[in-house]
Amino acid sequence: MSGVKKIRVDLALIAGMVQPGSRVLDVGCADGQLIEHLTRTKQCDARGIEIDMEEVQRAITHGLPVMQGDADTELVTYPDHAFDYVILSRTLQAVEKPREVLRQMLRISTHAIVSFPNFGHWSLRLQLLTRGRMPMTAGWNRMWYETPNIHPCTIKDFFALCDAEGYVVEDWLAADEQGLRTPWRRSPGLANLFGEQGLFLLRKA
Amino acid sequence: MDQPTAYTDFPHQSVTFPEGVALDCGRVLPNVTVAYRTYGTLNQDKSNAILVCHALTGDQYVAEQNPETGRPGWWGGVVGPGAPIDTDKYFVICANVLGGCMGSTGPRSPHGEPSAQAPGQPWGTDFPVVTIHDMVRVQKRLVEHLRISKLFAVIGGSMGGMQVLSWAVQYPEMVFAAVPIAAAYYHSAQNIAFHEIGRQAIAADPFFHGGHYWSEGVRPERGLAVARMTAHITYVSEEALTRKFGRKLQNAEGLSALGEQFAVESYLQYQGSSFVQRFDANSYLTITRAMDLFDIAGEQGGVLADAFRGTQTRFLLVSFSSDWLFPTAQSRAIARALNHVAANVSFVEVQSDKGHDAFLLDEPDFHATLRGFLVGCAEHAGLS
Repeated sequence: MSGVKKIRVDLALIAGMVQPGSRVLDVGCADGQLIEHLTRTKQCDARGIEIDMEEVQRAITHGLPVMQGDADTELVTYPDHAFDYVILSRTLQAVEKPREVLRQMLRISTHAIVSFPNFGHWSLRLQLLTRGRMPMTAGWNRMWYETPNIHPCTIKDFFALCDAEGYVVEDWLAADEQGLRTPWRRSPGLANLFGEQGLFLLRKA
Repeated sequence: MDQPTAYTDFPHQSVTFPEGVALDCGRVLPNVTVAYRTYGTLNQDKSNAILVCHALTGDQYVAEQNPETGRPGWWGGVVGPGAPIDTDKYFVICANVLGGCMGSTGPRSPHGEPSAQAPGQPWGTDFPVVTIHDMVRVQKRLVEHLRISKLFAVIGGSMGGMQVLSWAVQYPEMVFAAVPIAAAYYHSAQNIAFHEIGRQAIAADPFFHGGHYWSEGVRPERGLAVARMTAHITYVSEEALTRKFGRKLQNAEGLSALGEQFAVESYLQYQGSSFVQRFDANSYLTITRAMDLFDIAGEQGGVLADAFRGTQTRFLLVSFSSDWLFPTAQSRAIARALNHVAANVSFVEVQSDKGHDAFLLDEPDFHATLRGFLVGCAEHAGLS
C-alpha cells in the first residue's frame, strides 16, 4: 500500500484530466488502480463500481472503496451532483444502454470522462472492406458472438452523440492501443482514422 | 462499578449502570448490567477500538473459550493476534446483548421495577420488549464507560450486522467504519415466520410454565431444541446439507430396521440438544422478537437512505452467495441506499456454498476482504 505505483498509460491520460482534491467515481474500475492513483497522488475522494466480483475483492482487499455492481443498473442509485468526475474507461461499448449510462453519469457528476476503442480505425475499416468479416485486431479480439463489446462506435459517432445530447466536449484526444497520446487532436476526421482509442472529457451544456 | 454480576451463576466480567436505560417500548429498564470482554490494548488517544457485535445465540467470548460453556471463541479465526481483526493493532470489545443469558441483563435477571409482584424474582416473560436499538444504547453506555468517544469500527454478522446498522444510524458520529455482514435492514416475513415456529415450540413445551420455569426447577428443553433445529436449517444452504449428509443413514445398514435415522436428523438433534445446555428459552424469545422488530427503513417512512443522510462513516457490506436467510439483495439494497446519500461504501458478495453460517466459518475471501478494508480505514483514520 505504500509508495506511488506506476499506472497504465491510458489511466494516466485519464488521471491528467482530473483536478486534485475532487470527488471521483470510476465505473468499471477493475482492481482499482486508477482510484488508488487518484487518492494517493491527487488527494481525490475516489470510489469505484466493478461488475467482476474477484476484481471487487482485490480492490477492497487493497483498502479501496469499491461496490460490486453493473453500470447499467447501479448509477441510478446515486444522487444528483454527487461527484465532480465520473469515469468510464473502455467500458461504454460494453454497457447495455450507452446513452442512458452517459445521461446518468452527467446527472450524478459535473464531468464525465469516457474512453472507448475506436471502431473507425483504418485497420478495422480495411478488414471489413477486404474480408467482409467482422474485424479482429489487438483491441477487437473476440468473435462477434462472444464479444462483450456490444455497442461499438467511432470517434465521429461519439461526437455526434454528444451533439445530439447537448454535451460540451471540454477536452478530447485520440490514443493508440497502449494509451499513448496521438497527434490528431485538431482533426476529428484524422483521429477517427488513426486513433485506436477515443478519450473525452464532457460536461452538460 | 466493575463487579461480578449476581444475576447468573457464573461470574462474567461486567459493568452495571444503576440509572438504567430508557427502552423503545417506553419503559425504563432499571439497573442494567452489561457483560463484556476486551482483547488487545487501547492506544493512548483511544482511537483503535473495535466493537464486535454478536449474533442471536452468540456471546461476548468472541476470541477465547467461554468459561461457562467451554465452547471456543465463536470468531476465533477473525479476532485475535494477526487475525483480520488484529488484536495486536486494535482494542476489541464484545458485549453480551441486552436480553441475553451470558451475564447481561435479561429475562433471568431479578425483576427490578417498583411494580414487580415478586421483587427480586427473575423477570421471565415480564421482561420488557427490547429492540436492536436498545441493545445498541446499552453498548454505547459500555463504550462511554471505557472512556472511548469514537469507535474505529463496529463489526458484526447477522443480528450483529443489525446492531452495526443501528450504531451507524443512531450514533453515526461515534462510528468511523461500519461492517454489517450477512445482515439486513429489516427482518422479512419469512425470517419472522421461522422465528415464530421456534417461539411456538418453546411455548408449547409443558415445562415452559408460561415463562416461569425457573421457579418450577425445570427448563423447556424440548421446545428450545426444536426452535434451534428449525433455525439451524435456515443457517445452512441446501447444498451444504447435501454435501454433508445427503441421504446417508446414521448406521449404514439400509432402511430395514424401523427407527433408522438419516444422518441429517441426528445432526439436527445434536444441534438442538447441545444448544439447550447453553441458552435460555426466555432469552431466545426476547432476542428473536428484537430481531423481528428491526426495520430501519420503516422508521424512516420507508426510505432507507434517509436513515444514513449525512453519514461520514465508511461502510463495508458483505453477503454470501448461498445465504437465503439474509440474501445478497438485502445487503445490496443497503449499499444502494448508502450510495444514494453519497456515503463511502464498499460491497462484495462472497462466493460460498455454506449459507448464512458462512460468516462464522473459514472463508478466506471474506477474511481477506475484511482485513484489507480495515487496513485501508486505519490509513484514513491515521492509525498505523
